[in-house]
Amino acid sequence: MTTWVFCEEHSGNASAASLELATKARSWGGEVKAFYVGPGSDTAYQALGAHGVSQIHRLDAGDRLPSASAAAALAELVGADDLVLFGMDKTDRDVAGRLSARLGCTVLSNAVDVDPSGDQVTVTNEILGGTMRVVTAATSRPVLVVARPKAFPAEPGNAASPDVIAVEAPDVGHAGAAVVLEQHVEESEGPDLGAAAIVVSGGRGMGGADEKWEPVVKLASLLGGAVGATRAVVDAGWVPYALQVGQTGKTVKPSVYIACGISGAMQHVVGMKDSGTIIAINKDPEAPIFSVADLGVVGDVHKVLPALIEALEGR
Amino acid sequence: MKIAVCVKQIPDPATPYSLDPQTNFVVRPDDQVLDDTDRYGVEVGLQLVEAAGEEASLTLVSMTPSGTLAGIRQALAMGVDRAIVIDDDALRGADALTTARVLAAALQSDDDDFDIVIAGTESTDGYAGVMPQQLAELLGLPSLSFARKVERDGSTIRIERQTEAGYDVVEASLPVLLTVTAGVVEPRYPNFKGIMQAKKKPVDVKTCADLGIELSVDQAIQTVEPIPAREAGVIIEDEGEAYLRIVEKLEELKVV
Repeated sequence: MTTWVFCEEHSGNASAASLELATKARSWGGEVKAFYVGPGSDTAYQALGAHGVSQIHRLDAGDRLPSASAAAALAELVGADDLVLFGMDKTDRDVAGRLSARLGCTVLSNAVDVDPSGDQVTVTNEILGGTMRVVTAATSRPVLVVARPKAFPAEPGNAASPDVIAVEAPDVGHAGAAVVLEQHVEESEGPDLGAAAIVVSGGRGMGGADEKWEPVVKLASLLGGAVGATRAVVDAGWVPYALQVGQTGKTVKPSVYIACGISGAMQHVVGMKDSGTIIAINKDPEAPIFSVADLGVVGDVHKVLPALIEALEGR
Repeated sequence: MKIAVCVKQIPDPATPYSLDPQTNFVVRPDDQVLDDTDRYGVEVGLQLVEAAGEEASLTLVSMTPSGTLAGIRQALAMGVDRAIVIDDDALRGADALTTARVLAAALQSDDDDFDIVIAGTESTDGYAGVMPQQLAELLGLPSLSFARKVERDGSTIRIERQTEAGYDVVEASLPVLLTVTAGVVEPRYPNFKGIMQAKKKPVDVKTCADLGIELSVDQAIQTVEPIPAREAGVIIEDEGEAYLRIVEKLEELKVV
């Protein structure tokens, strides 16, 4: 069995997910290959090699959205017995879905663990807001898995330089017609949300953007932490998507997570429940966020946060 | 211009979900609702139809192993013209690929091809998050995925595609499959007239046999167990001094 790891190049680097997945795949002892989408970068190749990848098949789709041609090329490479691991980045999901339809094989999504040691590959995921753990077996091969971010720690351990093999983009007709015209980066200030030791997040209870949102930003900056947000806040346009924590946003595991005006919808809790210490401030004593909080304050964020900020500024 | 929007009926997210102890599938009550995130796809479809004028139509397509049509009527009340519903008990526990096959067959069973097929990015209950791309592949369409803004210019659709770092501007010529994020547009609320009309709109209910689909699901649940809850924390009421407890906690954690 060969394990394939999908890797989209992000600004010259291997995606964070690909290094996590390669680390996990390396632990099984078999061969680990990467299917790589992007213009190519030695930094990314070295990182993949260090995390256990021995061979990289690289597709450069140019100005095309790579999903359809990547799935077609990968379908030619994947062996009947193989396992293909994807992260939850947008292009990962695009390619996983298309590959599944092309090969006629199922996708096991939201994996927090993968075990290929038995007759069937099994995947563990957490459902119902992370309250139930389900183990599902794939009853056919090859097996496609989409894994949750940070399900596995990325740990370098190899010194080998992987071979890089160029893959021609196959002609997929109209399915490959999507063209990328422009790319925009939305910069956020402060430490990276995904890696920060302290995260201060705001929810709908903050009441609005700009000055109403400001206490979240101020507290994060005082603590040297990153700013996060709930889906409701991102949908309302108060902050960019890059700050979204939850099922459809980032998964964070900081040592301290401060939830401000967040009710604790399942979709949010899934992305932060594994934080070290959770502090929550919300005016509704019934808010589900309090069931995961180590310290819960029932109160008005616009009273508690200014007082907290003033106390910290005075230190 | 012929547009389809794929939607899902789900158990009301405001109620606690439970699993059937026999099958381990989520229990689906009779009063399922339209997945809230699908309202964005419906709204995008309605806006594209309205911009295209009288020659355009919006068809809802949904797979439901439940018998209920309450959520479908919600979408029809927003202004969708008609619905194709695949209702078959055999579809309980269907994986994403099975769903995509069923929806593809339903779309292809219609007289004319669709110019645009719209879907959400993932459902709120199952969130496998790959079904629309499977559908695009089965239909041979380019997927303009994770759209946070949608524009049509003649036979070209241009979107802002959400990315990890920001967004890309992506375009493709029709026909296309679009997946839309929540927040792409502000979904309209059905008015009284819409709700009344929805009761009379055509709903074409089909089974897998009607579509000539044979089911094979390649996943088997092995075990289901509760995850131990986090240890209960300390909950205090703010009477003006609660911030001090937070400062104390941050000191204890050596954050300050």
